[in-house]
Amino acid sequence: MTDALIIILSSLGAIFILLAAVGFLRMPDTYLRISVTTKAVTLGVGLILASAAIYFDDLSVTSRVLAIILFIILTAPVGAHLIGRASYFLGVKMWDKSVMDELEGKYKKFSHKLNSGDDLKDDEEKVEQQEKN
Amino acid sequence: MTVEEYLYYIILPILAISVLLVFCRFVIGPKIADRVVALDLLITIGITIISIYSIVYDQSTFLDIAMILGLIAFLSTVAFSYYLEKRNKSKLDEEKRKHNND
Repeated sequence: MTDALIIILSSLGAIFILLAAVGFLRMPDTYLRISVTTKAVTLGVGLILASAAIYFDDLSVTSRVLAIILFIILTAPVGAHLIGRASYFLGVKMWDKSVMDELEGKYKKFSHKLNSGDDLKDDEEKVEQQEKN
Repeated sequence: MTVEEYLYYIILPILAISVLLVFCRFVIGPKIADRVVALDLLITIGITIISIYSIVYDQSTFLDIAMILGLIAFLSTVAFSYYLEKRNKSKLDEEKRKHNND
């Protein structure tokens, strides 16, 4: 029974990781690649670690596995958001067939603060005037 | 076929192929952000390979190293993105200073 469960969980995890790797190689755009990495690989790692917990059937191993899974689920979106934000500021282009870029013109160019759009130019001019004074 | 043989002869080759595919993107990745994400992904697949090895050789202490690798992967991603953004910001500041002097 546990053998069948281990085989099913590890096969599903390996398939998810393989599909994520193929998608990571074939996606046309940095942002799409980041999206692939966060979702599919997190699920695959969780499934394979769960199969390890079932195999050992021990409280210390299970708690260790739960700690790893919790940590990966917490940190993968944070890391993806940080690297996506950095690549947006570096000026990485989106794919040609992308429909829209909702952030366009909403970040201040120098201070990197997020704004709703209209008062953007005035604020930058104000800051420059203050610096001159 | 026992569970250990199945994991050793079927799951590990699948994971090895996916590591190779990610490594291709690590080599050809056009922007530096691609390389950072590929590094993160390589370490994350390394965690799964370690856990498969810990099942095959019946050594549960390998999972400690998997935990440490997860910590290091997050730390490296955060540090890379922080310094990339900072470098870009210092370039922008230089541009701004030149613009004001003109």
